[in-house]
Amino acid sequence: MSKRESDEVTGVETTGHEWDGIRELDNPLPRWWLWVWYLSIAAAAVYWVLMPAWPGISGYTKGVLGQSDRVAVAGELAALKTVRGAQGAQLATASLEEIERDPQLLAYAQAVGQSVFGDNCATCHGTGGTGAKGYANLRDDVWLWGGKLEDIHHTIQVGIRSNHEAARQSQMPAFGRDQMLTASQISDLTEYVVALSRRPADRAAVARAAPIYQAQCIACHGPTGQGDQALGAPNLTDQEWLYGSSREDIHGQIWNGRGGVMPSWQSRFDPATLKALAVYIHSDAAGQ
Amino acid sequence: MTVVIDRTHSTPPDPKGSGPVSAAARARSSNKPPSGGLYKARAAIYPKLVHGRWRAIKWALMILMLGIYYVTPWIRWDRPGSLPDQAVLVDFTGRRFYFFDIQLWPQEVHFITGLLVMAALALFLVSALFGRLWCGYACPQTVWTDLFIYVERMFEGDRNARMRLDAAPWSFNKLWRKVGKHITWLAIGFSTGGAWIFYFHDAPTLLSDFWIGHGPMTGYLFAGLLTFTTYVFAGAMREQVCIYMCPWPRIQGAMLDSHSLQVTYRYDRGEPRGAHKKGSDWTGRGDCVDCKQCVTACPMGIDIRDGAQLECINCGLCIDACDEIMIKVGRPKALIAYDTDAAVEARAAGKPAVYKLVRSRTMFYAVALSIVSALMIWGLTHRSSLDLHVLHDRNPVFVRLHDGAVRNGYTLKIANRSFHDVEAIVAFEGAKGSILKTPGAKATGETITVSVPANGVEAVRVFVSLPSDSLTATNLPGAFIVRTPAETARVKTTFLSGAANPR
Repeated sequence: MSKRESDEVTGVETTGHEWDGIRELDNPLPRWWLWVWYLSIAAAAVYWVLMPAWPGISGYTKGVLGQSDRVAVAGELAALKTVRGAQGAQLATASLEEIERDPQLLAYAQAVGQSVFGDNCATCHGTGGTGAKGYANLRDDVWLWGGKLEDIHHTIQVGIRSNHEAARQSQMPAFGRDQMLTASQISDLTEYVVALSRRPADRAAVARAAPIYQAQCIACHGPTGQGDQALGAPNLTDQEWLYGSSREDIHGQIWNGRGGVMPSWQSRFDPATLKALAVYIHSDAAGQ
Repeated sequence: MTVVIDRTHSTPPDPKGSGPVSAAARARSSNKPPSGGLYKARAAIYPKLVHGRWRAIKWALMILMLGIYYVTPWIRWDRPGSLPDQAVLVDFTGRRFYFFDIQLWPQEVHFITGLLVMAALALFLVSALFGRLWCGYACPQTVWTDLFIYVERMFEGDRNARMRLDAAPWSFNKLWRKVGKHITWLAIGFSTGGAWIFYFHDAPTLLSDFWIGHGPMTGYLFAGLLTFTTYVFAGAMREQVCIYMCPWPRIQGAMLDSHSLQVTYRYDRGEPRGAHKKGSDWTGRGDCVDCKQCVTACPMGIDIRDGAQLECINCGLCIDACDEIMIKVGRPKALIAYDTDAAVEARAAGKPAVYKLVRSRTMFYAVALSIVSALMIWGLTHRSSLDLHVLHDRNPVFVRLHDGAVRNGYTLKIANRSFHDVEAIVAFEGAKGSILKTPGAKATGETITVSVPANGVEAVRVFVSLPSDSLTATNLPGAFIVRTPAETARVKTTFLSGAANPR
């Protein structure tokens, strides 16, 4: 240790260390500071007794207060269930329209619906519900099987081409793959469908395809191509295309006649959840 | 050059080199640390009661400030509806701050920030001009300590009596005086904590609830906490709070300069000091008779004759003590006075003292304070009671409809800071043919109506559809307009349509 020396002005001893010409006076710490330190140690000891503190080999000290975050969380979850019970029961008894008319119940149904949608429907329809090629967009105003609240509720319940006995069923024939039409006929039909949606098309091909459309397509898609929601037949005159709008996409759909599958959710969810889901999709969708 | 940093004490200035101050420093009694030992016990301080101008101002300010503190929560202020009728209320559960006619919401916390900035600038300005007036007269620690010393004096007598009592062996007389003092201190501490919680709840309701055990847990907690801190800080710790716990003494060095008015021992007049016999000559000596009355009066336990120091809170009690003696010995008053270092030095050098209140530093603080105050007044007088926030949906950002029209979703938060319910009419402007709809509603139109409760916020989802011929760009500038009978709020937003082409 270096030699102790005193500061000239105050007469107090310095610590003897020097940093760039600065030396520190060796004044004693105030006694109260010591007491605060003792108190902190005492507080820690009290904490060990009251709260879980020390790990052991087969467990840990529980503390006399019996504090446990796991128990607290379980209690809070149980309390949440009781709180939700009342509104959940309301959801089960109210009709779909009643839910949409009551702003509080609507907000609750939307919240339930959104979380159920995120866990179950977003896989195909996307987290925003806008779908993708081959998966329906639930945010727009185009509905193959009807966009009314009751229609949506039913679709969710039974699914589309699912194994449910009342499932929504329809079949677009695979005109090319099953050799019902020739390649050139399908090319002409493609031009006809393009023309239906009011886009420029090869007039000669459209004229050639008119009788084929009358013979093959009119039963489902209607004479003017408006489709039929009862059959799940898409409207060919609008600007929404489940399998794409390019000539290649349309050609491919006529050739292969694809039809998607949606599972039935009736066995998976209780009636209140199904209602909430239907209300969530309907209230956030455009139109109808 | 070796500089010495002292952890616990400021170094007194040495205006004349090896003049009287360093001599005084050697003679310092209360400040001198005992040699040896790691810890220093607090040296008891027995401030003597003084009479005079500054003591009178301190009494007046103590009564005024304690009065404001205890009375404020009981001022009633009529507000319509179910709003609280308390003039000053920090409503944590309702997330509102009520101050007479001003009502602040959480998002207006910048007003609190502004108030703190004003307080800081005012403190800087006052410190630069007049030294630590805040510390000496207005700081809660000073006010309550002063009150506690008053109580102590009531029970145990003035300085000499208290010293005798402490030195005396335990007796019934000593016991009841000590017990009485501590009970009164605790009562004051409890009423301090008790008054504090009234700022956060309706005072009359809380007062009755508190005594029958129905008060909120936080109420009991904070009443207890403030009882404890008041008792310990003002009763036991006193000047140690200022010296060891408060950061301001460290900062004040940067606030003061040689033109700041501080409690100053005028050594040019006082030195050389020494005992004086009545009737003897004053020539060849200073006015200081070394009676140490300034030391005995000091609640911080320092000797002001050592010069400006960290512990000095500028309370002026030593001025009163010294003036009493000066009158007795027949010398002019103000040997200790509010004065500036520059003035004392000028007089010591035989030049006239000049007082400079207007300096670049004080001007800066004054201008900054004026700007912040003006901004605060402008902000408070120009804030509207209607507030609109618009959030564009992120997923999906837009939806294309069967006829080529595009729909965007928004969440609008309409805040109604007025004291009555309003019907707000929401419209979208910026593109032709916009149609608005809200979830669940069957009806669509150019506007939608939203009821917003008084003193509340209504969140509403709004879908805006634009026909395909309005979609001239992938993102169109637009705005939401919310109209109430009294006010209009407009918030710009964007309408997104992508390429608006079929996929």
